Amino acid sequence: MNRVELAELAETVTAQQQSCRLRLLVCCGTPCVAAGAEAVVAALREKLAALGNPADLELVGTGCQGPCSRGPLLTVLRPGQPEQVWQKTTPELAVSILEAELQQAPVPDENLLPADWPFFTRQTRLVLANSGRIDPENLEQYIACGGYESLAQVLHDMTPDQACDSVVQSGLRGRGGGGYPTGLKWQLVRKGSGSRKFIVANGDEGDPGAYMDRSLMESDPHRILEGIAIAGYAIGAEQGYIYVRGEYPVAAQRLRKAIKDAERAGLLGSRVLDSSFSFRIDIRIGAGAFVCGEETALLASIMGRRGQPRIRPPYPAEAGLWGCPTLINNVETFGNIPSIFSIGPQAFNAIGNGKSRGTKVFALCGEVVNNGLIEVPMGIPLREIVFEIGGGLANGAAFKAAQTGGPSGGCIPAEKLDTPVDYENLQALGSIMGSGGLIVMGEQSCMVDVARFFMEFCLDESCGKCVPCRTGTVEIYRLLSRICNGSASQRDLQTLEQLCQMVKDTSLCGLGAAAPNPVLSTLRWFRAEYEAHVSQRRCPAGVCTMDQLPLHLLGEQLLQRIAALRCDGEGY
Amino acid sequence: MPAITLTINNDLISARQGQTLLEVAREHGIEIPTLCHLDGLEAMGGCRLCLVELQGAPRPVPSCVTKAAEGMVVTTHSDKLVEYRKMLVELLLAERTHTCSICVQNNNCELQTLAAKLGIDHVRFDYLHQQLPMDASRERFALDHNRCVLCLRCVRVCDAVEGAHTWDVRGRGSTSRIVADLDRPWGTSTSCTDCGKCVQLCPTGALFKKGATVGEMKKERSFLNRILERRRLAAQGGTP
Repeated sequence: MNRVELAELAETVTAQQQSCRLRLLVCCGTPCVAAGAEAVVAALREKLAALGNPADLELVGTGCQGPCSRGPLLTVLRPGQPEQVWQKTTPELAVSILEAELQQAPVPDENLLPADWPFFTRQTRLVLANSGRIDPENLEQYIACGGYESLAQVLHDMTPDQACDSVVQSGLRGRGGGGYPTGLKWQLVRKGSGSRKFIVANGDEGDPGAYMDRSLMESDPHRILEGIAIAGYAIGAEQGYIYVRGEYPVAAQRLRKAIKDAERAGLLGSRVLDSSFSFRIDIRIGAGAFVCGEETALLASIMGRRGQPRIRPPYPAEAGLWGCPTLINNVETFGNIPSIFSIGPQAFNAIGNGKSRGTKVFALCGEVVNNGLIEVPMGIPLREIVFEIGGGLANGAAFKAAQTGGPSGGCIPAEKLDTPVDYENLQALGSIMGSGGLIVMGEQSCMVDVARFFMEFCLDESCGKCVPCRTGTVEIYRLLSRICNGSASQRDLQTLEQLCQMVKDTSLCGLGAAAPNPVLSTLRWFRAEYEAHVSQRRCPAGVCTMDQLPLHLLGEQLLQRIAALRCDGEGY
Repeated sequence: MPAITLTINNDLISARQGQTLLEVAREHGIEIPTLCHLDGLEAMGGCRLCLVELQGAPRPVPSCVTKAAEGMVVTTHSDKLVEYRKMLVELLLAERTHTCSICVQNNNCELQTLAAKLGIDHVRFDYLHQQLPMDASRERFALDHNRCVLCLRCVRVCDAVEGAHTWDVRGRGSTSRIVADLDRPWGTSTSCTDCGKCVQLCPTGALFKKGATVGEMKKERSFLNRILERRRLAAQGGTP
């Protein structure tokens, strides 16, 4: 396929889609499938078959449409009319909607989501532009949405240096959590010396409550391939790897199919789009270690070694896979690349706040009314995410904290709800942007318990190479457990703070260095809660059961018992 | 090799390009504690004891791998670093069961020496007291996981110097263990050459020569009766 054929194909498919009287998009993302989307698709397919599969009716099983707690979702598109979205669709409801549409009768408005629902209207969808709009396994539908047009543009109209410069101008920063400027990284790898260069897309998402990367890989795999191919051209690599977490079989399978389709169509492989650029992408599957999301551990894992971080420098940009310069970006970062070239770096840079440009995908979950996958411009106030997009807390509970960044992040208290969500502001609050998990908690959550949960995660996922992370996390967890069960003393609280600071300062890699963050941030904003646990043996949220005694009370109790024995002479 | 100048603990010190901070410091008589580091083995940076403060760096850096550079300003023994080192050794002492009095390595143990030098008189953390097994299946050597500090000197020397790569690590985090071959008893290992390099480099008593433990110090006294009995028989004219 060359550039002209690509444009022609896009036109043909678009024209065919526009000629459809009705397009039914059923969300087949994992949460919707769990809620019964497959039955809805089957019922609609049966109905269409009964009608003789007319060419002007199209049924599409799409990737994630967003409001995951409302599934199965059904979006209806008619030419020239606003789209309508139904939540919690049943097979019967879906069929009755189809029948009403065919008979030009008023469609049932049961479960119909309002057109001005803030969950949709407040979002800015760049990375997720095609998620929920196309069949992820269909290359043509991606091309119809302008897919691979950015790659064609870069290959034919730009030099690699210009491509790097465009990414620098866009102001894009790493979406995996670190926030390192992507363009600078590309330039570093481009300048790196080596016989070969490699690209790695990090899809080893592992934070509890985060599923942005999975959704993106499952809903729009070609977007990631396109982003990686553009990066390959820009830095001068011929081989890319996508490292997919082992727990994401659907994502891996869709990416594999996407790679095969793209290679067949001449969009990957040798002589991409009839240019002199050749590029291959392979999938590597992780084996279930969280630490393999750390870049040096990830590289070790790709090379078939034990997934353990090593000391940097040298950074992967100088010596990565097999000692060659290697570019590592998160899959969401690569998902941003096609948008940068399709809307232009300046337009991309116009979105955002301060040094954080563009949009960020969040997995909004916890005690919030509308759970789901959202994409918002950087700098949006946290309040807007929680109360407008998220629709506030479930059951009218009061907001207590929002946890961002998973086990490496921290909790943001209610008084900081108006903070703009971007890299710098979150860091100033002792949290991090992270990969995009956003867990909303109400008054029923005990912050000590939350910190303990994340510490348990970290101690389990520590690789064991350096002492502070291997043993420090275990000791922090034990101290937190003691605070939760009521047997901690003031001294334990002191030790906890010292130990957290030490682990943060001395750990080898990012996992260990960030592991104390949930504790330190809750200590900073919710210290009174820790104090109540320790000095009053009381859990303000009512979560912890204080069934153990601290040592000094245990001693006192023992003395009292002995004294009582002596006075009244009773036996045991 | 071009010479460079840097400041360590407020003293101007000259060094050669390519030296690590640890090498420079040791050359100038500044003692930085180390555990996993050993001259000749590939640096790992796991024990974190050799951390030093580097002006401009957000966090302390490991001196065993950080190359000295012109104009660096380094502090090796600030109050914070000394406290961190103490905590790190305390964590190691708390992690497994280090009972010096019954250890083969008592008085010759690097961990013990470190603790003594740092003035550790108690451990502020919970002892984890993991009940770990011993592997005494090899004829000449034995491995006691309870004394292992996971410095991985054995793994590195076996791989890089002996070329056998018998040792490796199983599991992760606090459940990491040294394993021979693919987690087989050391005695059944086919790759081990019995060279004993790992035993010599082990900083604690985790890897040791058999015959050195307290339990093996039983005295064999039955010979006395045996000899006397035979002499008695010989004196009676019978054949012994």
